[in-house]
Amino acid sequence: MLDEPWTMSPSVELRPEPFGALAYHFGNRKLTFLKRPELVVVVQGLADQPDVRSALEQAGVPAHQHDAYVTALRGLAAADMIRPRTQEAAA
Amino acid sequence: MTATLDHHAANSTVNGTVDRPLDLSLVQQFELGLDAPICLTWELTYACNLECAHCLSSSGRRDPRELTTEQCEAVIDELQRMKVFYVNIGGGEPTIRPDFWHLLQYAVDHQVGVKFSTNGVRITPERAAFLASTDYVDVQISLDGATPEVNDYVRGPGSYDTAIKALENLAAAGFKDAKISVVVTRQNVTQLDEFKALADRYGATLRLTRLRPSGRGADVWDELHPLPEQQKGLYDWLVANGEDVLTGDSFFHLSAYGPADGSGALPGLNLCGAGRVVCLIDPIGDVYACPFAIHDNFLAGNVLSDGGFQQVWQQSELFRDLRSPQTGGACASCSFFDSCRGGCMAAKFFTGLPLDGPDPECVQGYGEQALAGDRILPAPSQDHSRVAPGRNQPVMLQLSRRPDLTAAPVSACAESPLAGFTP
Repeated sequence: MLDEPWTMSPSVELRPEPFGALAYHFGNRKLTFLKRPELVVVVQGLADQPDVRSALEQAGVPAHQHDAYVTALRGLAAADMIRPRTQEAAA
Repeated sequence: MTATLDHHAANSTVNGTVDRPLDLSLVQQFELGLDAPICLTWELTYACNLECAHCLSSSGRRDPRELTTEQCEAVIDELQRMKVFYVNIGGGEPTIRPDFWHLLQYAVDHQVGVKFSTNGVRITPERAAFLASTDYVDVQISLDGATPEVNDYVRGPGSYDTAIKALENLAAAGFKDAKISVVVTRQNVTQLDEFKALADRYGATLRLTRLRPSGRGADVWDELHPLPEQQKGLYDWLVANGEDVLTGDSFFHLSAYGPADGSGALPGLNLCGAGRVVCLIDPIGDVYACPFAIHDNFLAGNVLSDGGFQQVWQQSELFRDLRSPQTGGACASCSFFDSCRGGCMAAKFFTGLPLDGPDPECVQGYGEQALAGDRILPAPSQDHSRVAPGRNQPVMLQLSRRPDLTAAPVSACAESPLAGFTP
C-alpha cells in the first residue's frame, strides 16, 4: 500500500473533532472515527501525494509508525472511506 | 437545573480549542463530548394518530408552538454547517406534518441524511416508491409485537396491520433494508425469533431498543419492563445475533452479564451518550440531553431563543456538566462498573432513583433493591397526550377467567342437590 496512490472516497465527508475526525460515508452510511489528528492529515493529504508513503511523511508520521498507519488505512479502505486512485480514475 | 447532577463543573469547551490528552480511548473521548452530535434525534411534531401506552414523548396533540417550515429549514441549514451527517426524525408521527415530505427532501438536498420513525400510517404505495427512489433516506417502522395481539395491546387496535401494510408497500416498491423497530417488553421478549423472521420476510433489518420509563412509559413501566430472567435471555439472544440486529446501543446495562473485564459488551458504544454524543430537538425547538429525557431537568436550551442549535450544543451549562468527569457514586465500587457504566440516566431519573446509583434494571440486582426503597417519581414537565381517549387508544385490560375456578360459582340459593358437586 505504501507505494500506491490513494485518495479519500468522493462520498466521504470529514468532521474535525477534538480527538481527530469523524468520517461519514453518504453512500453506505458508515460512520468511522479517525482517532488521531495525524491520521486526519494523512487521509486529507492522500489525493495530493504521489503515494501513501509521501502522505505519511508529509503528515510528519515517523517511519517506524508507518506499518501501524497502513493497518489503520486498510481498515478505512475496507469501509470504502479511502480507495486506490486508479480505481477512482476508472470509475 | 443541575441540582440532581452531582459532579464537577465543566473543564473545557468542546469546540476543539482546548487540548485533550491523546491517549484517551474513544469512549473516554466521547464522554468529554464532541463538537457536534453523532446521533441527533429530531421530533418534528407531538401530533400522533396513535396513543401508544408507553410513548416516551407523551405524544398525541400538536403543540401550537411547533416550529414552522421556515424554522425547520433553518435548523437543517445549521445541521449542514455543523456537519451533522444524519438525523433521526421522529415524533409524534412525523409523516402527518403537512410539510414532512418537503423537509425530508430539503434535508437530503443539504447533505443531511434522514432516518425517520413512523407507525406506517402514511407509507402508501406512492410514498414507498418515492422513498425507494431516494438515497440517504432510511425508514424505520415501529412494531412492538410480532403478532397483532401483542402489538395492539400497547400500540392500539389496528396498529399492527398499519405497520405490516407499510412494510409490504416498501418491499413492493423495492425499498432496500427498512428497519423494524421494536421496544422490548415483557410481552414481546419471547417473540425475538419471530421478529427476526418478520424482518427477513420484508428484507428489513431488526432493531431492538430498551423500554424506558419516560413519558407515558412511566405509567406502564412496572407492567411492561422485562423481568430479570427475560433480560438474561435477551442478552444471550443479542450476543448470538451480533451485528445483524441493531440496538441503538440501548442495552449497554446488560453488558454486565459478561465478565467484569467488559469483554461481554454488546456491539456499540456502551456508554450513556446523553449531551455528549446524542441529543434531542423537540417539536418546539427545545433541546434535551437525550430522546428519553424530555423533562425540564434535562433541557439544555431552545434553538430559537438561545442562539441556535450549535450554541446550545456547545455552550449550554447542562451539556458542559454532562461532559465533565462523572463519579460512579454507589456503583463505583461494583466490579462490573466498567461494563455497564451505571446504566441509563433517563431510566434512573424517571423511576425516582439517584443518577449516580444503579440502573433500575441493573443485572446484578442492585436496581431491584433500590426500587424497593423510598423514592419519589418526578412529575412530568410536559404532556401532549390527548385529553379524551381516541378510537386508537390501547386498552391494556384483558378479559380472562380466574385460573382457580373451574366452573361458575355456586349461588347460596342453588336448589339442585348436585350444586357444587364435581365428580
